[in-house]
Amino acid sequence: MPPVTPVHYLFLSMALFTIGVIGVLTRRNVIIILISIELIFNAVNINLVAFSSQFASISGQTFAIFVIVAAAAEAAVGLGIIIALFRNKETVNADEIDLMKW
Amino acid sequence: MYQALFFLFAASAVGFAINLLIQRHPIHSALSLIGVMGSLASLYLMLGAEFLAVVQVIVYAGAVMVLFVFVIMLLNADKEEPSDRSKMAKYLGLPLLFLLLAMITVVIYRQFPEDAMVQFGDFPGQTAAIGRLLFRDFLLPFEVISILILIAIIGAIVLAKKEP
Amino acid sequence: MQTSDLIRILPEIILAVAGIVVMLLGAFQKQNAGRMHPAIALLGLLGAAGAIAYQYPWRSLDPAFGGMLELDAFSAFFHILFFLVAALVVLSSSEYVAQERLASGEYHALLLFATMGMGLMASSNDLIMIFIGLEISSLASYILVGFRRGVATSSESSLKYFLLGSFATAFLLYGIALMFGATGATNLTEIHLALQAEQNTVTAMASPQLTPLVGPVPTALVGLSIALLFVGFAFKVSAVPFQIWTPDVYQGAPTPVTAFLSTGSKAAAFAVFLRVFMVALEGSAQDWVWLLWVSGLLSMVLGNLAALLQTNIKRMLAYSSIAHAGYILVAFTAHSEEGVAAVMFYLAAYALMNIGAFAVVSHFGNRGERYVEMEHYAGLGYRAPLLAASMTVFLLSLIGIPLTGGFFGKFYIFRAALHADLVWLTVLGVLNSAIAAYYYLRVIVFMYMHPAAEQIPVERVRPAMGFVLIFSMAATFLLGIFPQAVLDFASQAAALLLENLGNGVL
Repeated sequence: MPPVTPVHYLFLSMALFTIGVIGVLTRRNVIIILISIELIFNAVNINLVAFSSQFASISGQTFAIFVIVAAAAEAAVGLGIIIALFRNKETVNADEIDLMKW
Repeated sequence: MYQALFFLFAASAVGFAINLLIQRHPIHSALSLIGVMGSLASLYLMLGAEFLAVVQVIVYAGAVMVLFVFVIMLLNADKEEPSDRSKMAKYLGLPLLFLLLAMITVVIYRQFPEDAMVQFGDFPGQTAAIGRLLFRDFLLPFEVISILILIAIIGAIVLAKKEP
Repeated sequence: MQTSDLIRILPEIILAVAGIVVMLLGAFQKQNAGRMHPAIALLGLLGAAGAIAYQYPWRSLDPAFGGMLELDAFSAFFHILFFLVAALVVLSSSEYVAQERLASGEYHALLLFATMGMGLMASSNDLIMIFIGLEISSLASYILVGFRRGVATSSESSLKYFLLGSFATAFLLYGIALMFGATGATNLTEIHLALQAEQNTVTAMASPQLTPLVGPVPTALVGLSIALLFVGFAFKVSAVPFQIWTPDVYQGAPTPVTAFLSTGSKAAAFAVFLRVFMVALEGSAQDWVWLLWVSGLLSMVLGNLAALLQTNIKRMLAYSSIAHAGYILVAFTAHSEEGVAAVMFYLAAYALMNIGAFAVVSHFGNRGERYVEMEHYAGLGYRAPLLAASMTVFLLSLIGIPLTGGFFGKFYIFRAALHADLVWLTVLGVLNSAIAAYYYLRVIVFMYMHPAAEQIPVERVRPAMGFVLIFSMAATFLLGIFPQAVLDFASQAAALLLENLGNGVL
């Protein structure tokens, strides 16, 4: 078998990134959209860790820790907003969130 | 061995991710994301990033995803009806996008220098080095990110608390 | 870390402390807390502005925190602009906060934290710090947008802003990760050097037992990364085609927050956009200039045409804000020293006039933002002559009439574009500003030519709000009559930002 290279990790990360983007664009449940965004953040982290390992420098891993912290903060705020919206509109469906039109 | 493990965990990560995409109920999607995170944690271990693997499992898959599951239960979110858009994406979008991905990857693969093909896995444990880095080179982001967490706390309370 | 490092983040420290004090005040003092919050916030902003002046002797030292922060004239310019914007927003929102019964402590604390994040964005010289600064300011903005919790449109626009915003952040982050993969660096100057030499910078720090990556930078990776970074920044400055969130968010957000987003956040996003593209990626300018060209043109056309159709004044100003992002991108497309200076001048002029316009909208909107439709403005010129007069000044400045700041803003932008041989873009930009005149003038026509259909109450203008209106009006005229001082500052900052790039010594 050929050796595993950074490009393998890059491909894995791009696959997860693409799946996350498709999820954001096609799903209607806002919680699933948020989960898809979290998936993209994970895709970023694979890249950072793989490149960090390749460069034999740990700054990429450290960056990945910051990304995890930011993702956690975003999740907390996002879920708070979803709860606030649910109180007002009793829905988590993106199609029904349409009080304002272009 | 390394290759086999890589392909095992990479395949399971992608499998869980696709499952996340096609599940109709948010709970199933959230559980699939935990699966993705678990697979990725194993990959981090293989890349020699033990600390990150542990953080991934404890903080991300543990705490953050519990929050997700908690909110899904709280809101009692239901299954969503499949829309036309998601059907089209499933049958047409996914294969096309993977094709595009493969093409980009081949281009990048060609451009990567030969020396870049490092054998992974013999990168030594770095937990102590991460600690040093966090308190030396990355001191500023490390301190400043506490404000980010504070904002998240304020936000969650302000937005989610009941009207007085 | 040394004392000099601490001094160089002094403004941010002061803002963070002020924010925490404002937040905790409610726990200790129940009475009068609502009146104390804006006072402490203003004190914090004043202290931070003082710290900028105090920093002056330290500015020319090496980058702070091992290259994380770069305190040049560019960052000082934007810091002052952010503090000014935040102070005006605090002053103009005092009656709004009381009237809508918003949680005053949290509101002001988040405003201060967002300003701090914007300050970090303007001085960051490292993609990690840029990401964190951006997260701080955006996360605080998502919450501020949803602050009217009982109102469905507010939570709705907050959710839209949050979902699209974190989606864009994810793109930006992916671009950063790829840039790290291509060059081995997150520091902007190191990235610049790596791209210039077409060599990775990691050789030095690699451990000896591994074969480090030495060799050419993979250009496909760099190209992909530039595209993703562009998506992230274009979203934050609300440039077409990443503008969809803007009208909904600007309409649903509390009006003072809209003013903050359209001036402060936009300026901060442009500051980072400029620094990343002009410092780190200047070498590959031919790869991204056409992106800016197309996006700038589309933003102007789409923003102006859509604004023509609006009846809600907040929504109209939102579309006009997209168009203004387009004008700024015209100067950015020139990617010259003059262009950077024009962007900075325009951002300052736009911030002052737009804050003024939103202050009028916020005051006139009354409880629950009832009067924000165009027809509500009918006859305002007779019922509240001073309010209408100040609105007229701000709208004329947004058009770009001589004697106002907007005129010189546009003048410098188009001059920079012409000097960079962007003739077509300049012609189309000038045509666009002519279209834009129509919808701004329409408001003025409503205010002076139409009789009032119904009796709409106009509250008395409180001193704080009066100060905001007078200040923004004076500043708009000042920038329109004596633009030289601000322009000189901007030109000097732009020259300093770019001067080190030519000789490769950083």
